Amino acid sequence: MNTRLPLFVLLAVTAGVAFTLRTPRLGGEFDLDAFTRVPTLVNGRVKPVDTVARTSLLMLQGRQRVVAPDGRTVAPAEWLLDMFFKPLQADRYQVFEVVHPDVLAMLGLATTDGAGGKRFSLTQLQPRLMELDRQARLADDVEGAARTPFQRAVVQLRDAVILYQRLQTCAAAPGIETFLEDLARLEQNLPAAVAAVRSAPTGTAAPGGKTDAGGWSALSRAFTVMDEFGYLRLVPPAAGVAAEEGWRTIGGAWSATLASGQLEPSAQALAALGRAWQRGNAAEFNRLVRAQRERTMAAWPEMKRKTDFETRFNAAQPFYTSMALYVAAALVAFFSWLRWPEELGRIAFGLVGLAFVLTSGGILARMWLEARPPVTNLYSSALFVGWGAVALCLVLEYFFRNAVGSVAAGLIGFAALLIAHHLSLGGDTMEMMRAVLDSNFWLATHVVTITVGYSATFLAGLLAILYIVRGALTRSLDRATADALARMIYGIVCFATFFSLVGTVLGGIWADQSWGRFWGWDPKENGALLIVLWNAIILHARSGGYVRQRGLAVLAVFGNVVTAWSWFGVNMLGVGLHSYGFMGAAFWWLILFVASQLAVMLIAALPWAQWRSAQLLAAGVAGRAAAGRG
Amino acid sequence: MTTPTSVAGPRRILPLLLSVRQQLASLKLTLVLLGLSMILVFAGTLDQVNLGIWAVQEKYFRSFVVYGQVGPVSVPLFPGGYLVGGLLMLNLTAAFLGRFALTWRKSGLLLSHFGLILLLVGELLTGLWQEDFHLRLSMGETRNYAESFQATELAFTDITEAKFDEVVAIPEALLAGKESLQHPKLPFRVVTKAYYPNSSLAMRGHEGGAVMATAGLGLRILAAPQPVTYRPKERNAPSAFVELSAPDRSLGVYLVSLLLDQPQEFVHEGRTWRIALRPKRVYQPYSLTLLKFSHDRYAGTQIPKNFSSRLRLNTPDGRDDREVLIYMNNPLRYGGLTFYQSGFENNDRTTILQVVRNPSWLIPYVACGLMSVGLLLQFGVHLAGFVGRRRTANLPPPALA
Repeated sequence: MNTRLPLFVLLAVTAGVAFTLRTPRLGGEFDLDAFTRVPTLVNGRVKPVDTVARTSLLMLQGRQRVVAPDGRTVAPAEWLLDMFFKPLQADRYQVFEVVHPDVLAMLGLATTDGAGGKRFSLTQLQPRLMELDRQARLADDVEGAARTPFQRAVVQLRDAVILYQRLQTCAAAPGIETFLEDLARLEQNLPAAVAAVRSAPTGTAAPGGKTDAGGWSALSRAFTVMDEFGYLRLVPPAAGVAAEEGWRTIGGAWSATLASGQLEPSAQALAALGRAWQRGNAAEFNRLVRAQRERTMAAWPEMKRKTDFETRFNAAQPFYTSMALYVAAALVAFFSWLRWPEELGRIAFGLVGLAFVLTSGGILARMWLEARPPVTNLYSSALFVGWGAVALCLVLEYFFRNAVGSVAAGLIGFAALLIAHHLSLGGDTMEMMRAVLDSNFWLATHVVTITVGYSATFLAGLLAILYIVRGALTRSLDRATADALARMIYGIVCFATFFSLVGTVLGGIWADQSWGRFWGWDPKENGALLIVLWNAIILHARSGGYVRQRGLAVLAVFGNVVTAWSWFGVNMLGVGLHSYGFMGAAFWWLILFVASQLAVMLIAALPWAQWRSAQLLAAGVAGRAAAGRG
Repeated sequence: MTTPTSVAGPRRILPLLLSVRQQLASLKLTLVLLGLSMILVFAGTLDQVNLGIWAVQEKYFRSFVVYGQVGPVSVPLFPGGYLVGGLLMLNLTAAFLGRFALTWRKSGLLLSHFGLILLLVGELLTGLWQEDFHLRLSMGETRNYAESFQATELAFTDITEAKFDEVVAIPEALLAGKESLQHPKLPFRVVTKAYYPNSSLAMRGHEGGAVMATAGLGLRILAAPQPVTYRPKERNAPSAFVELSAPDRSLGVYLVSLLLDQPQEFVHEGRTWRIALRPKRVYQPYSLTLLKFSHDRYAGTQIPKNFSSRLRLNTPDGRDDREVLIYMNNPLRYGGLTFYQSGFENNDRTTILQVVRNPSWLIPYVACGLMSVGLLLQFGVHLAGFVGRRRTANLPPPALA
């Protein structure tokens, strides 16, 4: 094989990855790119509407792509525009994922009615929305952990419908089809409208009465509804107001206009934007959307940088690209064990390095956007666990050059990003931190250290799985590789012990700082303690000579179980001060994972003669043949 | 295995002692104990779903034996936290005395294990010494005492003098003992007739029923015992019937309860007394005044961003008279107590501070430092050795045949 080949392959892949990072262009007549970058305040954070569109779609249907009834693919931002300004059209997009058969039966739908057998539109749900609401209310009375899968599915769908309606309510009043025209009329007759609303206090005005020929009071009530239920705060604060305080909903801004007689330029511009979108007037739309961005951004240059960057970050999707790279790396590294170890090994190493650089960039980007240390919630902990483990793998591979590090990196990097993807379905992953967690110092020390501890424990477990699977199920584990693997496992366990222990104790110190006790036997604390104890058991068992290579591997695999429990299991208990990361549905995945690990341990416990690599291992250094027996 | 001695007595004892020490210091024991602690911690975590965190602490971790119910009988099931922790401690200490050698290569191990001993000692001391109170302050209010979360006391206050009150407080534990209590400052004995660790009160209806009280509010109010609660956010409301007896006669049986807001008054030998069962108080030689409580939320959400209490700290001698700010992750340490922002109520106008007295609070910090340095040293030495060997060995990459 050509020795330059690895270089060429890697250059080609790098070029491909660079291509995904270029400035995104949505194309088309309408300047959707400018619209994606319009800033808004949601859940306490200023973000581009692009993020809102993407995370909302993830929450509704588990993916970002929308397909219109005519088969056309709709970009997330375009979908959001239709939600705002063409609600009737948006209601026909199939964006609600419903899979539970009983829920489908309740809604009177069959899988054949849905796109891909599971996605439905609001129009399809509409006839049975009252029933959905009634069922969800029944489920509300049941405590979260005690709900049946049906009840959970009902509540989830009801919440999705509410999110959907709150999205629609932020730009136009529900049920008023002429809303945007009404706003134009309001702008022209503002003094009359203000007078009419003042003379008729809210709630008492009779539409069409003498003083309210224009229906202004009804409009005023619509604004109040929009202010209350609207999901986004789209109207930026006037210059000079504290950056995150002054954001208003469109409804709130128009209410203020009716009260003061002063027009709010951003609310006006968004209404005009909506009219242009409805009429298909691209030139007008483009002029307005650019002007709106200019107006906001002139006052907040820092915000401009962040929203622009976040939009690009959203479009680049570095973590999805990395997932593909990790899979490729694992496959290539795996084949390097069969043929061309030198060349394929180098390609795999390069791919892992590339994916690592990409995830590092993604994590750094998130850190800059949030102004936070890397780990702030379960989602980012999954990213970081993967990142840390891959970093360790790169070090291992650099020293050992036997493709074990690359296989491990590919598998663990992919698994971590897959877990992260599923965690991202809960909503925006850059959330604001609750008061007790709002401490960059402790997030940077305790949380990061403990997460590195998770990474290392998982990595040790994965290496142990490689040892067991290769040794027991294939004839490929030779003495040198076995020794190298055992040494890797031991080194990584040492590393894991250090970080888990220090992280746990730092956590105790944080608890002492914020709650007044060093240790409270809280489930999350106990979970961390279990990891430390288990790693301590591994180290002591090895140093006492109670286990050798095989025993070490078996113990390290069980470390996976302990760590998975500590990471996710304790959140499922729903008790304790730490239980802010509650999650229910992942329980079965955890059970499955634990079962798989126990299965690997059972395989390892096969009699030595049954190990398919037993002969190969015995054929190693004669004096050390027995070393493999744990 | 031991050095023989010529003295008859120790000849048998010394080998035995040494053998015991060897057993105590053995790695096998370490492994067994670590395994037991894992099971204990895991069970103690799972059981929090049923029992709540406080009951679990008492049952699993602050006990020598964990008992379980088999039908009506409680049987010892598993060694408790004190037993496992204590044995680990012995094991570690014995290893220190016997097995560990004082060499540079092992210095990291020594240091980290010594840190561990310190950590365990610190936890023991915390368990023994730490006291938790809370301090509720409304806007503008000044207090010089904090109240206990769990403990209650029976307080007798002599309010005869206009300038000062004299208080005698009897801890709950003594009341529960149902003994006859005599205090030099009290001109009567206190006899507990009944004591309910948790209770509910109800107005006495016409149907009546047996009334234990013979004076005060207990004539009109009935107390009923309730099962003890261990839920983290609930508090037990103890009630008791106490008889006050002067040497010559009984002053009556009073119902006292945490659920009664106002103390009851009576006159004895020309002095006016108040009697009340109240949360145990700890008085401080200084006072705190709440100037402002802030509860910030992120714009447009209910997610709390920060809680903070601005207080004025004042000592009677005038040495300290300053403003302090307590917020999340930033407690006030003053005069041996630590004040944490814990909660709020009353529409953000009342702050709840957690007050902790823990003389041993610094130990975990030191222990953490020692363990970190120790492990760094230990693994650093290993790693350096490993990298050095790799460099010199320059092994070819092992490939498959």
